[in-house]
Amino acid sequence: MREEIICAGFGGQGIMLLGKVIAQAAMKENKHLTWIPSYGSAMRGGTAFCTVVISKEEIASPYVDKCDSLFVFNQPSWDKFKRRVRPGGLVLLNSTLIKNSLGPKGVKIRKIPFTDLAASLGNARVANMIALGVYLKEKNIVKKKSCFEVFAEIVPPGKEHLVGINKQALDKGYAV
Amino acid sequence: MNKKMLMTGNEAIGEAAVQAGCDFYAGYPITPQNELTAYLAKRMPEEKRVFVQAESELAAINMVMGAAACGRRAMTTSSSPGISLKQEGISYLAGARLPCLIVNIMRGGPGLGNIAPAQSDYFQATKGGGHGDYHCLVLAPGSVQEAYHLVFLGFDLADQYRTPTILLGDGMLGQMMEPLIVCSSPACRPGREFVVRRKRLPTKPWALNGCQGRGPRVVKSFFMQNELLEGHNKILQKNYAQIKNKEQRCEQLYLEDSSIVLVAYGSMARIAKAATAALRKKKIKAGLLRPISLWPFPAGAFEQLLKKKKKLRFLVLEMSCGQMVEDVRLAVNGRAAVDFYGRSGGGIPTEEEILKKILHRG
Repeated sequence: MREEIICAGFGGQGIMLLGKVIAQAAMKENKHLTWIPSYGSAMRGGTAFCTVVISKEEIASPYVDKCDSLFVFNQPSWDKFKRRVRPGGLVLLNSTLIKNSLGPKGVKIRKIPFTDLAASLGNARVANMIALGVYLKEKNIVKKKSCFEVFAEIVPPGKEHLVGINKQALDKGYAV
Repeated sequence: MNKKMLMTGNEAIGEAAVQAGCDFYAGYPITPQNELTAYLAKRMPEEKRVFVQAESELAAINMVMGAAACGRRAMTTSSSPGISLKQEGISYLAGARLPCLIVNIMRGGPGLGNIAPAQSDYFQATKGGGHGDYHCLVLAPGSVQEAYHLVFLGFDLADQYRTPTILLGDGMLGQMMEPLIVCSSPACRPGREFVVRRKRLPTKPWALNGCQGRGPRVVKSFFMQNELLEGHNKILQKNYAQIKNKEQRCEQLYLEDSSIVLVAYGSMARIAKAATAALRKKKIKAGLLRPISLWPFPAGAFEQLLKKKKKLRFLVLEMSCGQMVEDVRLAVNGRAAVDFYGRSGGGIPTEEEILKKILHRG
């Protein structure tokens, strides 16, 4: 088993965090993993992406060219990454912000208004966790329970009240 | 007790430095190694060690020289353009026989280049970089875990041979998170994630630590009389010969029956490893030789391979336009074909490209 994931969107959408939650949940389950961010100068609203590899065996190459799953949260990211999904791959597409969602054939595209759904929960910033919920339902790569444990572990001091809404968002995605 | 954590290469190098007993750090920010400086800005004061954000790379390396001369475990870190600025200091450190650890998380060059991962500072790291007849020990980690271990080794070798040691990583290694097993112990203080096991560091009978009750010592790289400088250089060369003899390190994979040997280091070796496995699946007898010490170059491993097997082909893979390939050619010395494939400026040879290169040559 080797699952290659790309998460992409604009700065502020929690792209890096989404990748980190998946990565840390995989570590909890004693799987091998790598996480690589796009780095350097960036600004809120600019593009951001990270790649995650999860495997039962030791990961030789951490480099992701084509991916098995793509989380995509805005139009420029979709335009940039749609050709990098493997045939048979899965796309979790934020239809709130991606209007032109035409994609390659042979790829399963779940078009869901993640940002709108998050706003209806009262916090547009949990769109990433709604998408994660959908992903967990689609693919059994990491467990929901592990993700919940990760939330509790990585929440910075003073922000504990945010764990609840993130769990709620993940559940909402899981039920979509 | 060991503890498993998710850390970037930069953070792992920083934590290892603290645990290895580094008491002085000076650095100046540059992408893609900023997280290392940031990590130490937090951790060094916690352990009551010295952290300085210097006013420039030149200042940082010269502060390290001062701390090293006083017998302290000292470190500086940067990325390619910053390391270029440090070259004068590195030459002086080598000349004065001062141990320290210099971390280079390489990015694309030449000039300001870009911030993408690259391996184009191989020449600079292994062949000098600064002026004079000197070498630095150069270690090249291939994973976050190995980066952590090589920091300990790097400090130890630097002290043992009294020479600056370079840890040569790239932007991918610095930025990448992987599970890391850190040495911890049950004596871990509450509220602290790590415990620092400070083993007894080697004594430094040359260190400038105050001469009350003893004769003064001199640490210098300046020898005005010709014969004195030549004598000093002979001492350095003897030391280098010993390092070459004893400190060659490499990882070898499937080399027993290989007819094609991929040679790569650092992040590039990870992709080469994947390519090797893919070739084996295609019934092609491929193997991997991954230098861990770049200087000394593990020429001995090539010697042994060539002794055992007559018909061999090497393919050197680099995230550069071809630098380590020269050392491979020197080690092979015409006894086998040595091909090269590399990309630069942030380009990374992919598994697909490597397979194409091998399968098309037939």
